[in-house]
Amino acid sequence: MSSLSRSPWLIHYDASSCNGCDIEVLACLSPLYDVERFGIINTGNPKHADVLVITGGINEQNREVVRNIYDQMPSPKVVVAVGICACTGGVFRECYNVVGGIDRVIPVDVYVPGCAARPESIIDGIVRALSILEEKKAEMEKQGGKGRAGSPVGGGQ
Amino acid sequence: MHMGNALLFILLAPIVGGLVAGIDRKITARMQGRVGPPLLQPFYDVGKLFEKEQILVTPSQNFYITSYLVFIVVSGGLFFAGGDILLVIFAFTLAHIFLVLGAYSSYSPYSFIGAERELIQIIAYEPMIILSAVGMYMVTRSFYVADIMAAEFPLIYYLPGIFIGFLMVLTIKLRKSPFDLSTSHHAHQEIVKGVTTEFSGPMFGLVELAHWYENVFLLGFIYLFFAWNPLIAIGALAIVYFAEIVIDNTFSRVTWQLTLKSSWIIAGFMGLANLGILYYLSAVVPL
Amino acid sequence: MIPLPFLVVFPALVAALLLLVANETWRRLAVWAGAAIIGAASLSLLFITPQSGPLFYPVGYEALTEVMFAVEMAIAVFLIYLGIKHRKYLAIFLILFQAALLVSFETGRASVVHGVVPNLFIDQLSLIMGLIIGIIGSLICIYSLGYMSTYHEQHPTVPDRRRSFFFLVFVFLSAMFGLVFSDYLPWVFFFWEITTLCSFLLIGYSKTDESVNNAFLALNMNILGGIAFAGALIYIMAVSPGGEMLQLHSLIQSSHAIALVPAVLIGFAGITKSALMPFSGWLVGAMVAPTPVSALLHSSTMVKAGVYVIVRFAPVLTGTMEGLIIGLVGGVTFLLASAMAISQSNAKKVLAYSTIANLGLIVACAGVGTYKLVWAAILLIIFHAIAKSLLFLCVGTVEHRIGSRDIEDMTGLIVRMPRISVMMFIGIAGMFLAPFGMLISKWVAIEAFIEAQFGLAFVAILAFGGSLTVLFWSKWMGKIVSVCPVAEKVENGIPTEKWIVLSILTALTVLICLAFPVISAHLIEPFVLSVYGQTTRLSQDNLTIMAMMHFLLMIMPFSMLLYRNDKRIVPAYMGGRPTTPDLTFSGSMGMKQHVSLCNYYFEEVFGEQKLFMVGSALCLGLILLVGTLTAGVAL
Repeated sequence: MSSLSRSPWLIHYDASSCNGCDIEVLACLSPLYDVERFGIINTGNPKHADVLVITGGINEQNREVVRNIYDQMPSPKVVVAVGICACTGGVFRECYNVVGGIDRVIPVDVYVPGCAARPESIIDGIVRALSILEEKKAEMEKQGGKGRAGSPVGGGQ
Repeated sequence: MHMGNALLFILLAPIVGGLVAGIDRKITARMQGRVGPPLLQPFYDVGKLFEKEQILVTPSQNFYITSYLVFIVVSGGLFFAGGDILLVIFAFTLAHIFLVLGAYSSYSPYSFIGAERELIQIIAYEPMIILSAVGMYMVTRSFYVADIMAAEFPLIYYLPGIFIGFLMVLTIKLRKSPFDLSTSHHAHQEIVKGVTTEFSGPMFGLVELAHWYENVFLLGFIYLFFAWNPLIAIGALAIVYFAEIVIDNTFSRVTWQLTLKSSWIIAGFMGLANLGILYYLSAVVPL
Repeated sequence: MIPLPFLVVFPALVAALLLLVANETWRRLAVWAGAAIIGAASLSLLFITPQSGPLFYPVGYEALTEVMFAVEMAIAVFLIYLGIKHRKYLAIFLILFQAALLVSFETGRASVVHGVVPNLFIDQLSLIMGLIIGIIGSLICIYSLGYMSTYHEQHPTVPDRRRSFFFLVFVFLSAMFGLVFSDYLPWVFFFWEITTLCSFLLIGYSKTDESVNNAFLALNMNILGGIAFAGALIYIMAVSPGGEMLQLHSLIQSSHAIALVPAVLIGFAGITKSALMPFSGWLVGAMVAPTPVSALLHSSTMVKAGVYVIVRFAPVLTGTMEGLIIGLVGGVTFLLASAMAISQSNAKKVLAYSTIANLGLIVACAGVGTYKLVWAAILLIIFHAIAKSLLFLCVGTVEHRIGSRDIEDMTGLIVRMPRISVMMFIGIAGMFLAPFGMLISKWVAIEAFIEAQFGLAFVAILAFGGSLTVLFWSKWMGKIVSVCPVAEKVENGIPTEKWIVLSILTALTVLICLAFPVISAHLIEPFVLSVYGQTTRLSQDNLTIMAMMHFLLMIMPFSMLLYRNDKRIVPAYMGGRPTTPDLTFSGSMGMKQHVSLCNYYFEEVFGEQKLFMVGSALCLGLILLVGTLTAGVAL
């Protein structure tokens, strides 16, 4: 295990969540779940982050924003869609301005379903994302450069 | 000059600094009722940063950050080699100007405001650091760290006001709340990550590394107050650092106005009053 | 010994020539030749200056003093005429008062038969001043050629009076040489008055209402100093009717009882001339003049005359209450002018306040006047002259290209005018960063003040004021180095002579930092030693370390080459908003928003008006105090 998976810094973006999943994401940081045990820090800055955690689905207002945040993260990076809205669009799927799940805009590596997703499953999703992070790193090194990690590397829950 | 000490500093300071940061995070977590990260977490973090892709806003950032690190190492090395403490302080300021310029160079709103705040922090702490050096000179009659180290009496006995003033600015330098204006170790700041917002990957790793060097240098500065007895000195370092962690966890961030005013007032009153008394005493009874 | 009178007379001859020449080509030739000869002649001073102590050069013409008196009277008449024309009655009153003092002095002087032969002299301090005037002054003259033709293209409403401009500039140099080489105080006073006149006319060059008002402001304040100087002359005549004390060296070496009162009066004149508070207004107002004039006033002439006389009288002032108070005026000025510079966005105004602050520091050193402090003061004069002239000329060049002298408009200058930016960057670094020049002097000053009597107050002033200078310089630097993604390069079209001058000054700024141990050993230390009997220098250790830091700074830019390969350029983080390269994004309701970043100016903390009131009140109080003390001694 390299340092990479021991120090996942994440950025949490609320795409169009009802705040249910957001509260659960924040709950992970609380003393009860204490994700800092795994070295996880909520940085709030894409340029420092390794893991992009998104709650809520994509709509016309935020698709550019999600794209922008993703582009500003240095590779290797993984995306975790938290909650059913982020995975598929959820109950808002048919709304006139909703595009759907996060994977309509950027490649998603781990899907954490639930309405709202429970902290345990969020933590589990992020920890699973770490092995994907390692894979991407290996792939990056194989390609020789530090170019952008291209295709999404499967995985899911 | 003890070049050996400088070399030791260059080699060991990252280890010590990283460990101190790890202990810091562990204690902080315990104070908040959490388990906290592993002790070696800071090393994982920096190790990871060096594994990441290099993204930049402008290539000139590299130059400023590398210079920041280099001059932090120079000032720390000079300090541990026993050099002139004023020159150490000037090199230290030079290093921070490079950090600020690196933040300015990206022309990003967040790092721009971070840079402005970092400058405010610099002017908030610099007078007190210079007054501390002056105080040490007045007691030991030398600006050389080596001579100050060799003093056979406790400096703290003559410089209590200076020491309190120095603790005040130490909070700024360690980037601890309530004075973590320009960038913070805590998650989510109103200006994202302030001065470091636009540094990422290996470059951010260098910033962290520089911060470790800086912390060791600052601890060395506190050591000088107690240098006559290494055991007490190390105990004092532990207490001071613990106090900083307590303050970090019990205060919320203040505005830059309050930061500037409070540190200048403390420097003005505690520092200058202390120096004034020393000045008077040395005129009456030479030390 | 030819160079001394030559340097005083030759620039005046060039000036007279330039007054006659209207043709641009001939003017160009005359200025280049004149500047080159003055520069070379001032360099030749290096070979004639003795290792220690002054070398005197008697001037045979007794009648010169009378001629000078006549010229002074003519100047007074001319100034009164201008005063009436512009209805400046205060100026007229002051000029009349000064003229009356002069007449009474001259009648007193003429009535005694004395065997005093007026001397020119040179020692290391005069040499240093001579080099600054000769090299930097003539570089500024050359720069003016290109600047003034662009200036008149851009300001068609200003009448083209370039003949009198160059005339005045060269007369200015001549007067400065006269001032630093004269040993006979009435002569020093004569040259002093000439610099006042030249600066007055140059500030009012554009003849707009603002420039005329500011010119008269400068005139009033400087005449006030002139009155004090004339008072000093009269006092000297009163205490030593033979007139031998009118010689600078005899006066300085005489007892405190005689020398202190003139020293304080001339010190006051120095305070007005070097624009310390409460007289800082004239130097700030002087920025209405064309930029080379500012460069000249701030770096090599005028204000340096003020600090020069105070440094000269430092041995008299040292250890006295009067000296301490004059030093405090300087200290307060340093602290508050540094703070005021923070609130300014006009580059020339920032430079003006920085000059005032540094002059304050020099006066603080010279007023307290221990041998270490005089060493630091002289070093400050040298470094300040070079870096400040470089900065003014850079700002002038930038102003002509981008049409603004506002620091906010210099955003991304590193992209738009890379070479000028690097030069400006070096100039600014030279003003406040280790291991460059100014910082060395501040460092020594801190060390020296601790040992001086009541030095603690100055140490505190330096600690706080020094950090304030860091703030305003760094945020300026930050503006220059901000790399804005879309910017047009506008560096073309700068005349070659400007490039030559700027490059030489940049090289000097860097070289002087490397070479300063040599300068210190051969010029400053012998002077301090000859005056005080002891001297100081930086320890070899520290010199080595600073040389190392220089070396590091020089190789650091090459580190950029290391990072070429694996980079990905990503725009700045904008809270996730997609932003165009020129930093436009769509805000709420789809409105186009443009990002512009602006420095903090901290108006409510460091506001110009407020601090000026405080500083003026404090300094005026101190000056009144020293006046009272001196009056007590004199009566």
